[in-house]
Amino acid sequence: MAKTSVSSPKNVERAEYFAPGHRACQGCAEVLAVRLVLKALGKDTIVAMATGCMEIISSPLPLTSWRIPWIHNAFENPAAVISGCEAGMKAMMRKGKMPAKKINFVGMGGDGATADIGFGSLSGALERGHDMIYVCYDNEAYMNTGIQRSSSTPYGASTTTSPAGKKSIGQRTQKKNMVEIAVAHGIPYVATACPSFPFDLLDKIKKASETPGPAYVHILSVCPTGWRIQPSDAIRYGRLAVNSCSFPLYEVVNGKYRVTYKPSDKKLIPVSEYLSGQGRFRHLTDKDIEQIQAATTRQYERLLKLSEEE
Amino acid sequence: MAKPMDQITWQELQVGAVVVEIGNSTQYETGSWRSERPVVEKEKCIKCMFCWLYCPEGCIHEAAEGHFEADLTYCKGCGICAAECPAKCITMISEEK
Repeated sequence: MAKTSVSSPKNVERAEYFAPGHRACQGCAEVLAVRLVLKALGKDTIVAMATGCMEIISSPLPLTSWRIPWIHNAFENPAAVISGCEAGMKAMMRKGKMPAKKINFVGMGGDGATADIGFGSLSGALERGHDMIYVCYDNEAYMNTGIQRSSSTPYGASTTTSPAGKKSIGQRTQKKNMVEIAVAHGIPYVATACPSFPFDLLDKIKKASETPGPAYVHILSVCPTGWRIQPSDAIRYGRLAVNSCSFPLYEVVNGKYRVTYKPSDKKLIPVSEYLSGQGRFRHLTDKDIEQIQAATTRQYERLLKLSEEE
Repeated sequence: MAKPMDQITWQELQVGAVVVEIGNSTQYETGSWRSERPVVEKEKCIKCMFCWLYCPEGCIHEAAEGHFEADLTYCKGCGICAAECPAKCITMISEEK
């Protein structure tokens, strides 16, 4: 593993910007990701968040879990709202109406808000080049409303709107590659992260914050409820996803690919190990898993080739 | 602390449903969701803080004796700390009496 700037929990920021008492399910890795992201960003941060799990669990009126300025948005527009905040505050700083200082403007959304409903406004914000960070918490379906498929749901997963049965394998389409779409906008920083690798995640968010211009960070957030696993296994499944190369950790700085974590031969596992324990994949046959393995290997090899080319 | 949430009426809400008090969800005690409780063997704790880092609630803190333990007011009993503890010093014990 590439060296991270912090390698012990003792050196991680102690301050908590996300208060306990939120209503996330037991073992929710998405709320852990939010907690870690806020630790990396610090208190000078404004967050615009789309509707989704993290919004409903953190802000049931009159309560809030946020200890930083936070704006609730509809599904479509966290990226538009945060780009407006950035432009507005930049103008106020230029006119001397507020002291000039570095503020992190962060848009957040789930995979539904990012890859489906808020896709247009995100693409616009990335293209306009605002100095902002967009963080996507990908739990691979619309978990908040009861596990409906999104375009980020992987092939073969059973959800309530893509149920597996005699005539259906579950989700019939491949997972939309939001990371590549963000790279295609030519923005300076794009990365993938997972809270099961917390030091890697903290580093990437810090890098995204230091990068002038738009940054996009895609975080795989294990959802025990929707993936049908034990809450205590949430961190382990994040690790399995990365070690089976189903969700490789990499970053793209100004178009330059770098895989930040390559599972060693000892740690590398077949995708079957990652899929077999999850209830949403329990119907898959050996032949299906073989097919998924082939696709995963192909994608990972392509990524390794891209990161070597430079 | 402002008024408890069950005593706030709709007339007292801010225009635009703005919540002016930060982090006031701490008055909602999620500990009642729990069916299993993490119990730490103090002597075996190596104070590595991985339980603190991985806790989705952010409710683990350093106890006076130097080991780390969960605040049972908020702990939902997910068992992540017990699963991730490298020293295996945390066990989940049923809340059932």
